Amino acid sequence: MTVRGGNEVVIDLAEETLRSANTRLQSLNGSMEGVRFRIRNPGGVHALACGLDAPLHVEIDGHAGYFCAGMNQHADVEINGNAGQGVAENMMSGTVRVHGDASQSAGATAHGGLLVVDGNAAARCGISLKGADIVVKGDVGHMSMFMAQAGRLVVLGDAGDALGDSIYEARIYVRGAVDGLGADCIEKTLDGEHERELRELLDLAGCSGVDPGSFRRYGSARQLYNFKVENVGQY
Amino acid sequence: MCGIVGLFLKRQDLFPRLGGMFAPMLIEMTDRGPDSAGVAIYSEAPDNRAKLTAFNPDPGFDWSGLCDEVGSALDAGLMPEPVDTHCVIRTDGDVGVVAAEVESRHRGMQVMSIGNSMEIYKETGLPDDVVSRFGIAGRSGSHAVGHTRMATESAVTTAGSHPFSTGADVCLVHNGSLSNHNRLRERLERTAGMRFRTENDTEVAAGFITNRLEEGRSLHDALEDCIDALDGFYTFVAGTRDGFAVLRDPIACKPAVLAETDDFVAFGSEYRALSSLPGIGSARVWEPEPAIVYSWEIN
Repeated sequence: MTVRGGNEVVIDLAEETLRSANTRLQSLNGSMEGVRFRIRNPGGVHALACGLDAPLHVEIDGHAGYFCAGMNQHADVEINGNAGQGVAENMMSGTVRVHGDASQSAGATAHGGLLVVDGNAAARCGISLKGADIVVKGDVGHMSMFMAQAGRLVVLGDAGDALGDSIYEARIYVRGAVDGLGADCIEKTLDGEHERELRELLDLAGCSGVDPGSFRRYGSARQLYNFKVENVGQY
Repeated sequence: MCGIVGLFLKRQDLFPRLGGMFAPMLIEMTDRGPDSAGVAIYSEAPDNRAKLTAFNPDPGFDWSGLCDEVGSALDAGLMPEPVDTHCVIRTDGDVGVVAAEVESRHRGMQVMSIGNSMEIYKETGLPDDVVSRFGIAGRSGSHAVGHTRMATESAVTTAGSHPFSTGADVCLVHNGSLSNHNRLRERLERTAGMRFRTENDTEVAAGFITNRLEEGRSLHDALEDCIDALDGFYTFVAGTRDGFAVLRDPIACKPAVLAETDDFVAFGSEYRALSSLPGIGSARVWEPEPAIVYSWEIN
């Protein structure tokens, strides 16, 4: 990946339509050349910087609406503000950093890459996660990691009720209190392997001062994978 | 879907700018609700005279004639201010009696609001059209609540538009749908003698809140009572003469964003509804927690 000698392309959404801005960002899709973009006046518009497929760096100055950086591949997207519902949903690779709070369903169904939320993430963070990593420096809301299949969620604060309901093979690490675990989600031991992967994720998220030993690990009890009639009340 | 917005001003010198700040918020929520739009504006008149907002589908309706008739029948002074299909009628008589008399005289006539402060304007059509038909941008006041409707469970009509009011100076807007409104409607009719005008679920929730306020609960407490009494999806914004409150259901299905500065409290279904407000860049912006009531009062 190369970045053009410090040059930055500024896109001002007060003067340019969302469609035109996304088209410009996507015009580099498939290329291996990195370019820096700065987006001003996002004003909470939806689907900003979606469907990127090149190692760009995109910085958004302000609050983003729904599905920001959705389907991201290779790009590094930074939001200097809050993000609406479904930030980095279905991300395949790359990095999305939210310097404020994220609304619900952050990182939904994401397959790969890293999502970092400096503030809190609301309900259903990492719902149906399929392999990406999410680090939330504040709290996450209820039903986070619902039906998550693969990937990791690290929460430095607290987690809301029904954490990891119907979870498959994804891993959850929480440093603070958990309001309650969902069906088939249990606490598991934190071994050396887990501390090592936590260390790596915390470093990537810029939390090198945080002790991996201060987390607790949660995952699937694997009792609801196949239907058993005695479990009917759990579904 | 539906969009809701609310604006509560903290400084009296901003009151003349209420409509100008509020109108773009409502219009921004057009994508969420293009079927109809409505606004409740709280604006105290210097003489503190009671008023009602009446609706008649005929834009050429003779409001002066009606006010003369009702005024002489009740021996009360009625002052009409017609605007499009609506008319604010100020009175020195008993506003409840005047409202009943106004409604009884013409088929299709409906009183949208009564009170000392609140006026309600709502119509079918795009929010932009509704805002300009009623001159919302030019109106002053202390707070306002608005709704853009994408109808799901009852017809697209003026009466089925939000805000709903079921008591003096009380209004409610709602994004979502309630599943136990029929039983609750029956209970409020039977035990509290309430009368509902539509089949709409939100009207029942407004009735429930009015009932609790009449029992002496504060707006904050009345909304807390909703958490146990109402089943379904909802984000509510409610207004009273001196209060403004927000509540999301415990599952938080419907979106909500709050912003606060020294000048105002603003609510939007989405942040973009707030992005035109002056000073929003430095506002505290957050997403209200599920099943937590947020409320503000005029000091």
